[in-house]
Amino acid sequence: MRLAEIITTCVLALFSIYLMWKSTELEIGYVSDEGPGGGAWPFWLSAIMLICTGFIIKNSITRKSVPSQASEPLLDSYGKKMLLTVGGGILGFVALIDIISMYGAMFVFLFYYLKILGQHTWKLSLTISIVTPIVFFFFFEALMRITLPKGMPFLEPLFNFLNTIIY
Amino acid sequence: MSLRKKIAAATVGLVALSSAGIANAWEPTKPIDFVIMAGAGGGADQIARFIQSVAEKGKMTPRPLIPNNKGGGSGAEALIALNTSKDPDHTILVTLNSFFTTPLRQPNLGIDIGTFTPVAMMGVDPFVLWVHKDRGINTFEDWQSKVKEADGEWVMGGTGKGQEDSLVTTWLEQNYGMKIKYIPYKGGGAVAKDLAGQQIMSSVNNPSEAKGFYQNGDVVPLVSFSDERLPLVADVPTVKELGKDFSYYNQRAVVGAPGMSDEAAAYYQNLFKEIYDSEEWQGYMASESLSPLWMDAAEQKTYWQTQVDRHKELLAKMAK
Amino acid sequence: MMEILGQLTDGIWLALLPVNLMLIIIGVTLGLFIGAMPGLGSVNGVAILLPITFLVPPASAIIFLAAIYYGAMYGGAISSITLGIPGASTAVATTFDGRPLALQGKARLALVTAALASFIGGTVANLLFTGFAPLLASVALSFGPPEIFALMLLAFATFVGLGGDDIPKTIFSICIGLVLAAVGFDEISGEPRLIFGDISGFMHGINFLVLAIGVYGIGEMLWTIDSTRGKITSTETKMTVKGTIEDAKYGMKHSWKGTTIGSFLGFFVGILPAAGATPGSLMAYGVAKLTSKNPEKFGKGHPEGVAAPEAANNSASTGSMLPMLTLGIPGSPTTAILLGGMVIWGLTPGPRLFIDQPEFVWGLIGSFYVSNFFALVVNLSFIPLFIAMLRMPFTILASMIFVLSVVGGYAATRDMHDVWLMLGFGFAAYILRKLDFPLAPAVLAIVLGPIAEPTLRQSLLLSSGDPAIFFNRPIAGPITVVAIILILLPLFKFFWFKYRGVKEVA
Repeated sequence: MRLAEIITTCVLALFSIYLMWKSTELEIGYVSDEGPGGGAWPFWLSAIMLICTGFIIKNSITRKSVPSQASEPLLDSYGKKMLLTVGGGILGFVALIDIISMYGAMFVFLFYYLKILGQHTWKLSLTISIVTPIVFFFFFEALMRITLPKGMPFLEPLFNFLNTIIY
Repeated sequence: MSLRKKIAAATVGLVALSSAGIANAWEPTKPIDFVIMAGAGGGADQIARFIQSVAEKGKMTPRPLIPNNKGGGSGAEALIALNTSKDPDHTILVTLNSFFTTPLRQPNLGIDIGTFTPVAMMGVDPFVLWVHKDRGINTFEDWQSKVKEADGEWVMGGTGKGQEDSLVTTWLEQNYGMKIKYIPYKGGGAVAKDLAGQQIMSSVNNPSEAKGFYQNGDVVPLVSFSDERLPLVADVPTVKELGKDFSYYNQRAVVGAPGMSDEAAAYYQNLFKEIYDSEEWQGYMASESLSPLWMDAAEQKTYWQTQVDRHKELLAKMAK
Repeated sequence: MMEILGQLTDGIWLALLPVNLMLIIIGVTLGLFIGAMPGLGSVNGVAILLPITFLVPPASAIIFLAAIYYGAMYGGAISSITLGIPGASTAVATTFDGRPLALQGKARLALVTAALASFIGGTVANLLFTGFAPLLASVALSFGPPEIFALMLLAFATFVGLGGDDIPKTIFSICIGLVLAAVGFDEISGEPRLIFGDISGFMHGINFLVLAIGVYGIGEMLWTIDSTRGKITSTETKMTVKGTIEDAKYGMKHSWKGTTIGSFLGFFVGILPAAGATPGSLMAYGVAKLTSKNPEKFGKGHPEGVAAPEAANNSASTGSMLPMLTLGIPGSPTTAILLGGMVIWGLTPGPRLFIDQPEFVWGLIGSFYVSNFFALVVNLSFIPLFIAMLRMPFTILASMIFVLSVVGGYAATRDMHDVWLMLGFGFAAYILRKLDFPLAPAVLAIVLGPIAEPTLRQSLLLSSGDPAIFFNRPIAGPITVVAIILILLPLFKFFWFKYRGVKEVA
């Protein structure tokens, strides 16, 4: 895990430098009579972040930090598989929202998670993944008046019809 | 209505709709995205939510208006949201003067307000110069001499550089030859509170923001930047009476997204005319000291042009 | 004073009328679920129900809204404890100890403690409100930018010990939270700031909930699945009346101090319009830990760590009504919407309200008392349901948490951009969690940053750039000094022990 710690921290250091550079779009110095400029807050805090990454790397190299003493890798085979199936599932869920609406994506994700990852029965998986979006629809659209994404135009007639029910 | 009844009614409605065809006038088929050019809690937000509740109370729309706060970047976020709206027929925006100033200050956004659809001008919010009563200042002349005496150490609060009140403050500085220290705050309410708490020395606030403290005697109005005297502070002179030809208002207007169909625009224009004429809105304008200023779509377009020119000038002066 | 009590009693009786009582129970229940939903809070409940309140008389409308408000305040703790996702920003600190308790099979203890602490916090706040409202309003007015900044410094100071043992990682975490808080717009210069890639979604800044849901809902869940190999077996005890009473006794016995601290501290921070309930609950947690005899128990499932922030957020939320009513300044989006409602009802909030409309004010406060009580009852009666949820097979619970996270991430700002951002934060949090980076400091920093930075710069503008302003004002001065001492305390201790150690050897 030591190598992973060092690499991640290097990425964070680069990110800090990027933030410092981005902050210079505004005044980063101390304007006399006015106090710090608009970029000062993020700039100097990012500078502190950069310094911290230095110490983190140092601790890792000298094996003082907890992860640098651990021998197992950052992601073992289970971790990799988990990240791919669970993390990938969520990623797919979010990607589908703009296409088949929040409710459609919710159905697909739940069914995938329950039936394929959870190995639950067909009956249970289908029930939960159908009932949940319906409950969410009525809770959010009708009760809370919060509109969730409706996906591509081809779903419009469906939602227009549902709207006639709830309003 | 129970759900079953609703479904039954909806089915009937659907059948009726399909048989009646497209002969009916345009009506929204989904919730209307009611974008607000300010964060939750500010003056513009309160007005928008008031309008929403009037529409709701009178059951004026078949689909609800859903308030959507997009205050980011002085309203730039709201303007971008309208510009890129996928469904212009269901997207409207409550605006303030940043509708004019933000595209001028940030030309890289590529926003041309001429493409937006005028819907309704609901009224304009005047500005008044306020000072804390313990300063012992009772007239605008008094105030001028005190500010000059302070020589750059006179502290005023406002809602930020380039915002409506800061344009008025800059105007004061330039036309009366004084230097003012200007502290930006999150919103007009916070400014009024810090004036009452004497954290700042004076402020340019809408009457609605300072009203509570004024009625309690904490703050004193000195001059109003309106064309005529305001009913709430009838004793206070306008800056015009004092010899400078200047007035400044914050607009409370509703516009539609670019590319809105004429039918939809007509629908919203009628809707907001109805809201404007409602007892609630007229009462709100009176109690919050808004000046009534109804305009139809054509008048609004002309008004926009004059306001853009005016703000160009004010912003240019401010940059000096 | 007698007059006040008379009007208050009238208000309470009004709230106890059968029609109003029914509204209270419906409102509290609805509020409870709205509050428990990540991404939704009292602001949503109140905003949606405001138009409906036109259908009933104003008195009933106010009672209904108060009930929703209280229900939502109680509800925030539920998702913090059972799901590990803060239901609202006010309930962040509740996750620190609430979630570990739930994982140890003590969710019932955590939920009961949270409910009781909330009740006590709400009651203390109501009493303070009844007795001292006008006086407290003038206290709120005397807090200008330097005072608020000093208070934020104090909030950070109470959290110095919160991070892990790895100091560079803790500081990194605080700083990145503060930098992310700066994204969007610089209030002082009026310029856009840190708009990465000119994406308009960054213009409204990074909402606290986007980071919190990403870290707790996605990152922490991935980490949990990974570290337990997906085989979480819940040891949750059954729900019995006797067990609940025992939990209540145990919880209160071990957290009366935190509850007291939270109730009072929360209220005083809550009445400041610029601060509000979130810093109040965070500070209560920090102070409870700081003054505890067993600070090492915090963060590992100590009932006091649930009680302090819960008492505080309930107390602070009631407190935040005070500037709204007495100054006409909304301290939070929720009170802003209520303020709009009052204008619609023809009332003018402000210094005159207590004088001109006493029956409204005391009627509202009366319904606070009643709502607070019924919120406790309803909350306690729903605990078995939430416990049952925890007994569901883990794959069902996990999938629900992910769905709630995505929906909550969207509902907070209604922008798909923020859902993607939340997902990004979630994956980053998972990796960083594995590498022993503490993430709670970043979440705290993104809450406090947007208050701390503008007040710092407003203060320096006031003083023409002279930092002495934080020391030479009567209220800001002492707070700043205490905050600095607290921050330096660990350093003093370190050198003290070093010195003593050297002496003993010599």
